[in-house]
This record gives sequence, C-alpha cells and structure tokens, in this order.
Amino acid sequence: MIDPVTLAVIQAGLQQVCDEMDLTFSRAAFSPVIAEADDRSDGIYSATDGSLIAQGSRGLPVFVGTMQFSTRHLVERIASGETLPPEPGDIYIVNDPYLGGTHLMDVRFAMPFWRNGEIFCWLSNTGHWPDTGGAVPGGFSASAISAEQEGLRLPPVKLFKRGQMDAEIYQIICSNIRVSEQRIGDVQAQASALLVGADRLTQLLDRYGDATVSEAIAHMRALAARQMRANLALIPEGRYHATATVDSDGVINEPLTIALSVTRAAESLTFDFAGSSPPCMGPMNSVRATTLSSVYLAMRHIFPDVPISAGAFEPLVITGIEGTFLDAHYPRPVSGCAAEVSQRIAEAVFAALVQALPDRVTAAPAGTSGNFGLGGHDPEKGRDYVMYQISGGGYGGNLHHDGLSNGCSTIGISKAPPVEIMEQSFPVLYRRYALHEGSGGAGQHRGGFGLDYEIELLRGSARASFVMDHGRTGPQGAQGGQDGAVNRVEVIRNGETLIPEHLSKAQDIPLSPGDRVRVRTPGGGGYGNPADRDPALVAEDIRLGRYDPATARRLWPGKA
Amino acid sequence: MGNLVAGVDVGGTFTDLVILNPDTGAVRLAKVPTSLPNQAPGVLNAFDTAGADLADLALIVHGTTTTTNAVLERALCKTGLITTLGFRDVLELGRRTRPHPYGMTGTFTPVIPRDLRLEIPERMDAQGRVLTPLDETALRAAIASLLDKGCESLCIHFLHAYANPAHEIRAAEIARELWPNPYITCGHHLLSESREFERGVTAAVNAAVQPLLERYVSRLAGELRRRGYPRDLLVMNGNGGMVEASKVSREAVKTVMSGPASGVMAALATGRRAGFPNLLTYDMGGTSTDVAMIRNGRAPVSNEIEVEYAMPIHVPMVDVRTVGAGGGSIARVDAGGMLRVGPESAGSTPGPICYGRGGTRVTISDANLILGRLPPDRFGQAAEDARRALQDQIAAPLGLSVEAAAEAVIRIANTHMAGAIRMVSISLGADPRDFALFAFGGAGPLHATALARELAIPRVLIPARPGITNALGCVVADLRHDFVRTINRPLDSADMDAVHAILAAQEQEGRRLIAAERIALTGVTAEFSADMQFVGQTHLLRIPLPSATPTRAELQERFEAAYHARFRVSLPSIRANLVNLNCSVIGHRPETDLSRLIDPAHRRAIAEPTGHRTVWFGTPHETPVYWRDHLPLSATIHGPAIIEQMDTTTLIDPGCTVTLDAEANLIVSVPQ
Repeated sequence: MIDPVTLAVIQAGLQQVCDEMDLTFSRAAFSPVIAEADDRSDGIYSATDGSLIAQGSRGLPVFVGTMQFSTRHLVERIASGETLPPEPGDIYIVNDPYLGGTHLMDVRFAMPFWRNGEIFCWLSNTGHWPDTGGAVPGGFSASAISAEQEGLRLPPVKLFKRGQMDAEIYQIICSNIRVSEQRIGDVQAQASALLVGADRLTQLLDRYGDATVSEAIAHMRALAARQMRANLALIPEGRYHATATVDSDGVINEPLTIALSVTRAAESLTFDFAGSSPPCMGPMNSVRATTLSSVYLAMRHIFPDVPISAGAFEPLVITGIEGTFLDAHYPRPVSGCAAEVSQRIAEAVFAALVQALPDRVTAAPAGTSGNFGLGGHDPEKGRDYVMYQISGGGYGGNLHHDGLSNGCSTIGISKAPPVEIMEQSFPVLYRRYALHEGSGGAGQHRGGFGLDYEIELLRGSARASFVMDHGRTGPQGAQGGQDGAVNRVEVIRNGETLIPEHLSKAQDIPLSPGDRVRVRTPGGGGYGNPADRDPALVAEDIRLGRYDPATARRLWPGKA
Repeated sequence: MGNLVAGVDVGGTFTDLVILNPDTGAVRLAKVPTSLPNQAPGVLNAFDTAGADLADLALIVHGTTTTTNAVLERALCKTGLITTLGFRDVLELGRRTRPHPYGMTGTFTPVIPRDLRLEIPERMDAQGRVLTPLDETALRAAIASLLDKGCESLCIHFLHAYANPAHEIRAAEIARELWPNPYITCGHHLLSESREFERGVTAAVNAAVQPLLERYVSRLAGELRRRGYPRDLLVMNGNGGMVEASKVSREAVKTVMSGPASGVMAALATGRRAGFPNLLTYDMGGTSTDVAMIRNGRAPVSNEIEVEYAMPIHVPMVDVRTVGAGGGSIARVDAGGMLRVGPESAGSTPGPICYGRGGTRVTISDANLILGRLPPDRFGQAAEDARRALQDQIAAPLGLSVEAAAEAVIRIANTHMAGAIRMVSISLGADPRDFALFAFGGAGPLHATALARELAIPRVLIPARPGITNALGCVVADLRHDFVRTINRPLDSADMDAVHAILAAQEQEGRRLIAAERIALTGVTAEFSADMQFVGQTHLLRIPLPSATPTRAELQERFEAAYHARFRVSLPSIRANLVNLNCSVIGHRPETDLSRLIDPAHRRAIAEPTGHRTVWFGTPHETPVYWRDHLPLSATIHGPAIIEQMDTTTLIDPGCTVTLDAEANLIVSVPQ
C-alpha cells in the first residue's frame, strides 16, 4: 500500500509534467491561437485504454477529457491493425473529429512513452491550428453540410518516425491548408512539448520507481472518483430538468434543443440527453467526445477542486445522446461543436444543477465564443488577409455577487486581441469598444455585461462571416433571475442595416469600404428575484450609465 | 556630516532598518511594527529604535509598499480619465478573461470608475495618421467636468498614442492650464507600446497613486529633514534601482513591486561578493513566496508584470514571480481523502494556530512546530492547540501519527514550492540545477535545503540577515534607468543605423539622468538587449547584446542560438523579427562591506550547540541547535542541525553540510 505522502507528491509531480508541456507548447508556438490564447492542452494517458491520468492545469477547458477518447481510439486501432504499431521515437498525428475529437482544426499529437521496451503511458496534446483547409479560411464554415467542406481530415498516422519527421506526410498536409509556411514552427512546438514531457516523466519514474508510480496512478484514479462522489453527495437526490437552445444550425433556420435531465442516485450522477434534437444539416453538430467533455468541464466549473483525471469522470454517466445532434457521425459537419454547442451543453448542466446547488452554480454565462471572421484584400498592403474577432460576454449572477463583465467563453481561457493590434494588422477601424449597456439580466445579483463593438471596413472589399449564438434567446436567469440580453449582429451597408437571417450565424456577407459591422454580445443571466436587489446597487448602476433609468425601472420595479 | 548609509524597507507587518558604515562595515539594525495607513511614523520609530542620529547619515534609501497597498486595496486617489470617443470602457472590459481557469465567478473593480471616464472626439490610425483632429472644446469641457466631480488626478489615454503622441501632448498642455496640480499622466509617456488595455491600466495606476506617493514621500522627507537629515531621500523602484524622492512620484507606478525588487538586489550583491553569480532567490513569507532568477550576476527585468487579476503594469520591473504558498498556507484532507496544502491561507490574521491569534486550521508553520523545527518555547500553550488540530484534521483521517502527518504537510508544501520554482526557471529558459538557492524571508531558510534536494540544486546560500534582506537591498542597490523602444520589424528589413541611433540615445539619456542625481558612484555602465521572435510569433526572447552597435548578422546569430537553447528547435526557413530595443544604464555605487552584518565580536572559537531538541526527519533525530551569531567562520556543521538567529531559523537536513564564508553567509552543500 502506497503511503499518502508519496501519493500526493507523485500526483503533484505528474501535474507539473503536464504544466511544463503546456508552457513549452505555448512559448514555442507561432499560431497566436496557441501562443496567446492557449487554445491547446497536454496530458498523460493510460497505455491500456487511453484513460486520463493527468492533464495540464492551464489547458483549454474544452479539451478536458477529449484526448482520452482519441488516445483510446488510437490504442484500439493499433490493436486491431488498422493503424501501424508504434516504435520508439514515433509521434502520431490525428484530427478526425469522429475518432474522439472536436473539430478538424484541433490537431492532436500522441506519443507512446517507453520504459524498458514497453509502453508505460501515452503523452498527447491538442493544438488549434489556424487552418486545416476546407471551404473557408479558419474552418468555421457556417453553411457547410458535410465534413469534406470543413477541411483536411487525418486518421492517426505517424508524422514522426523514429524521431524524424516524415516529409512526405508533412507535404501532403501543407498542400491542403492555408498559410502553411509557418506551420513547421507549430509542428515543432507541438512535438517539442511532448519531448520535454517525456524527459520530465523519466526523471519522476527514475526517482520514485515505475511500480510505485503505477500504483500511485491507480490510487489517484480511485481517490478522484471518491472525491467527485463526495461532492455529488451535496446534491439532494432527485431529478433536475433543463433545456438549452442553439439558435440554428446555420443552414436551416430553426432552433436546436438540448433536453437534459440530471438524476442523482446513490453513487452517480446521470445526465440524460434523450429528447434533444436529431443530427442537423449544418455545422452545429457535436461529436461524442466533445459532448462528454462539455459535461465534464461544466462539472469542473462547479467543483474546481476535483483533479482532472479519468476517476473524476467515473461517477458521471451520460446517456441518451445516440440519435441526437450531440452524437453526430461522419459525414455530418461539426465545426461548431467545440466553440458553441459545447457551451450550450454546459449551460444546460448549469441550469439543471443551480436548482440543486444554488450556492455553487451561477446563472447562465454568455456562452458564445463570438467568432466574427472577415476575409478580404488590403490594397494598401497588397495582400489578402483573414481576420478573427473573438469576444467575451457577461457571466451569470450568483448567490454571492453580480456576474463578471466581458468574461471569456465557458470552454476557453483565452484573451481577446487588443483593438490596436487588430487595426495594425487589418484594414479596419473600430468605432466603439464598450460595455453592452443594459445587457446584464435582472436579478438580486444581476448578470455581467456583454461587449458592444462596431468595426468599419476602411479599404478593399471583404466578406464577413459569423459563428455566434444566443441570438434568439438570452443566457438563462436562475432562481427567479431574468435572462441576459441576446447577442445582436448588425451589418450596415450603404447606410442600410441588415440583420442576418440566422441572427448569430452568417457566411460571406460582402462589404465595401465604409460599411460597418456592429456586434453586441450577450449579458449574463440574473440570479435571484430582482425584487430582492439592494436599491443602492440599482442606483449605482444607473449612476454609472450601465442601465438607462427607464430600463432600470422596468427591470427593478419600485427600486429605481 | 557622517557617511552612514541607511536602508529602510516597509513591509506588510514589519518595518526593517539597516544602517551601515561603508568604511568599517559596522552595522545597526532595527525591526519595528509597520504603521498604517501612514508608514512614516513606523520609519521614524525604526531610526529611534536603532539609536541613529540622522545627522550622521549620508544616504537614506527607502523601499515602500505605499503604492502596492493602494493598488491591491483600491485605496486610490479620485482620478479622471479622458480618452478616445468610443473607448472609455477599455479599462473595465480588459482582455475578456476570468480570474481562474475553472469556476465561472469572480469580480473586478477597474482603477477608474465609469462615471469618471470621459470620451472626446479625436482619433489616430495605427500608423499614427490623424483621422479625427483633437476636439479642444470637448477636451476643456471634459476637464472642467472631472474637476467638478472632485478628481485630484488626471489620466489622458488615446488610441494609438504610441504611434503618434501629438494629441496626448496637446491635451496635456491644455490640461496643465486648467488642472490645479501637476498630477497629469499621459498614456504614451510611461509605455510607448501598442495594447490599449495594458498601456491604459499602467497610466491609470500611475495617475491614481501619484498624489499618495507624493504626499507620503514629501511628508517623510520633511520629517527626516526636521530631525537633522541633510540629504535627499532616495526611493526604490521596481526595477531594482533608486530615484530621488522629489522625482519619484512623477512615475509613481514604477514603485509598485519595489519591495520584492530590493530583496533581489540584496541577493545580487551578496551573491556577487560570495562568488555566486547564478542564483534562484526564494523569499518565503507568511502568505506568499517570491521567486526570481539571477543569471550571470544580473536580475532579469520584465516589462509585462500583472500584479493581480487583470492588473497589468507594463513598466520595467525585476521579474519576481509570486507563488501562493507561505507559512500560513492551510493543510487539509479533501473529500477524496487526499492531503492538500494551500492555496487557501490563514494569512497573518488569524494566522497559524501556533501564533495563538485565533487560527483554527492547520498551516505549514504549525507542521514545522510539531516537527521540532521551530523553537517550541516561543509558542507556549498554542503549540498544544496546534498538535491537537493536526491530530484531528490531518493525522486521524489519514491514519498517521501526528509527526508523520506534519511531515506529510511539509513534503507536499515543498513539492508545490519546488514545482513553482522549476516553472519560473523554465519559463525564463533555465535549468534550476545550474543555480544556487538564495533563501530568505521569515520562513525561507526553514525549507531551503529540502527544496534544493527536490530540485537537485547542489548549494544553498543563507545570507547573514535573512529576515531583513529587503532593507539590505536598499543599502546596496545601484542607480538604474531602463528604456524600451518598440521597433517590430523583420530583422532583414530593419534600418540598422536607426537601431544604433536608438540604443545610443537611450544610453545618453540614462547617463544624463544619473549624472543629475549627485550620488557617489564608482562608474556608470550601459547594458543593451533586443527582444526578438520569429515572424508570426507572439512570445519574445530577450537577447543580450555586447554593444550598442550590433550588426544584422550578429543579431540573427544570437537570436538563433538563444532560440535553439530554449526550445531545441531550429527554424531556418522563417525570418527573425526585431521587436524591442532595450537599454539599462546603471550607476554603480561603491561595494558595500557586508562582513559585519553579524557582529564578529559575538563569534566563539569553536561551534558549540546551545542545546539539543528532537526534530523529525522521517524518524526522530536528536538535533543540535546552534546560535548563529556564535558560529566561527571556520565552522563546519553536518546535518541534521538547527541554526537559530534573531530573525529566522535555518534547518539543515541530515546529509547536508554547512560552512561559512568570509561574510558569515551559510553555504549549505546538498548531496544529490
């Protein structure tokens, strides 16, 4: 029996191996999505079934759990002979969403870690590549109807063989993606992170012994499961229902429904998604790994103390996704799964569990990545460009205080780019970058405020695309609080205002110089009855211009 | 007039004073409680306690937490912001983040509230071309409105002012006609780099702490003058250099983080004299631990420090990283049965149980006490409470003895701190094994040898006065001015003549500022560096330059070598980008004799323990306890041992060996 101290020390040691891989990857990466926005994750996975042993604490939340599915698929494919077996120095590359992934842009590397001629475990990481081919630059095509339109799909293949990169595979990849000349830097960074992780893991094993570390890993899994179960005991037994809706799939303008009922039984928590909408035509499908990961990350937001480990997920049972858009199969398009559908799943989890854990769970956060893409030609610089503006929104109010304003997406941790950097890089002028006034949902503790920005095209022609959500209904209030404001997109062309048919999604709207795009992102849901709000706080919000007096009087009758 | 040099550092709990005679090395020390909110009475009390006649002092150097506290507690001056139309919320919106990766809660209070942030028509584009001229009528109205609302300080922050500051300069000219005091800060003045949030917060913080610092420093300087101190008071900056009190408030934001910087300066000076040019500094206090790296006798300076969530301060500051682990970090057994230490802390109130101030949860200090590592006689009844709590909260749930439980707490805390030190050194591109560990602060020397073992660091240096290191840093610090100029061009198209001209101008300005400061110096040197990356990257690598006239080939070569050393990757197909040119001009003060920090008169002929006590290192060890002031320079002590002194306790693990150097630093050899 391993002693509790050695156990805790090994747990911290494994965590540091992962954190060091995360740091190395970000520091060496070229793509700003990885280097600045940390849209990547690194972890250690079981040799036998790919289950999660440890994952970096600063990895992107949506990757919690996904790599264990992709590693499991890889292990199974090697066993069945579909994929060539590994040799020392090999690193596999894979981005197939249907093999335990998210969308095509999230490219996974997996490297077996060898001890005495045997695979001890797998090291794996995911990085969001800026482009993997497909109909639109960046991969977020709002109107794709099949996987082929979304980009190059790679099954697990060896990109590195016995320590050397396979130049032929690399050339095939580069011939199918945009801005390929800088990808070599990201590929090296992604591999370098795994090699650094292998060095550090070797040191840890040399120090504590392979048998002791293996025993610790088994115990860690059991302890994480125990800790999650102890947390679940805080939830009163019963069933909790919630729904969340995606505005549309981008192709057919009808809402998609996530129907969730959560049941607390003695030793487990069951998330049943039966009754959710069937697979959709457009790219708002989710794949199984992303759906499960979305539930896991929502639970980690509620219980941040539980370590990220397969054990923590054991008591969480997810059912009823078969036949719904939350478990799409090839060739359904899936580019919206990681950024948008995942956040609606998390919202449903929050909305169900805030009923059971009113002191821990918040009202719904804005829950959209707010992806606005602009592609065009800049005549002054004589070159084509692709610009992305991602934006935050208000967080939900909670038992203790008002929601945070302009927080990042539920599934991300990334910073938005500064206006000055955007204007240096692209032919646009920001007219406004401001609080979305009045957007916080009313409540005892109101939601945080979204963002209100307006961009003017200065020169050349361009096309605007949007993949956002919460345009139809705002983030849900909780415990008597009201919904936050909806996401609003307006395109002002020749002085006329156009609202996209799908509200939050559109592709290739042509723009000329002087045309403008205005986006107002959602506010967070309110928490608690507005009648219970301290009138001094209502007055303060009016004084600071966060609500105009008339709106405040309407939302908090008798308080302003 | 005398020739004594005084360093006085005001920390959260104590105000420390060191007075040193540079000719004889003679030292006087004082440690008194910090007075709050005005720190001046505490400072004067320290001088009284040390029995100092201020007329004998040639120089007083002061490290203050006035601005740090004001920022962290948001106890700021009423400050108004005038900014570009459409952008007043930049300071509140931040970069769309949240305080922690997991947990959808948190709050944020901007430096300047929304009703004091006013917009006026004006606009530059990213190239610095005027799109909308400055509306001077609107400007005057905004200034009048802010004065009307009772603002004391003014911040002017326009978009793209780094590219063309003309509007900010003109706006400040007009403001100076109308504003009743000199507290006007322009965004481009402190930081001429793009990123409107970071530049804006830096300027807003400067404006909001300027009057506070000015009032505090001038009151203190006046009081010192009244008591007979004839010279200028100097104040420590966060870059580890010092400036005259009369000038410090103009760039007040540079004093945020001055305390940790002076600790690093003391480590630098001590290490230089002791022959340790490569140090990891480890300052463990009650609630947090500060870690910094000294490489080749130099402390890295960073322009991108975030002092707390969404509070970036982008002026050159010694790169000190804070880890949330200190003597007050709380240990607990979680719901899964796993032992955890931190990040929760009992802080200084209520503090550890053993302090007897109402703490009820087991902390690192309590575990150290139970293991015999702290002197038990100082704690009395509270020691019993600590033992009982350890038994109930940790030992019983884990099925361990109290001592084994306490040891587990310490081991886990050490694992976390070692991990943090490792991450700091790796993020700065270094391997911790190539360094010596410089341990100070109240609790640093207690954990240092164990951490060194964990990190495979072969040697630990414990300075003579670990508990007053920051004050010593004030005594030994140099004059220093740092300059940053953003170029952001691919190296192959950079104008090298312009590069050389910028570096030369930076050096010249630094020398001019230092010459104006009337302080005795042994020389002035300039150091140059470039921040570089591959085109397309966002992170930077700092490349030291041998001179102000590097060739293009030299820059390319040095960058490639540094990149390969850090990431083990060569990227010959990608162009290098020259982002920043940096220059630090340093006015070197005369070397300070540190050999008498511990009075040699107290040294005994041989090292003899003052007693023994049982200390746990896996098993109980009968461990000799030495009084540090008694140790002869020739002493060699084999662990286990405890070395006590007025301001700290040093723990020497079994297997380690301690010797003393000429300045009575303890040098611990840690077997690997």
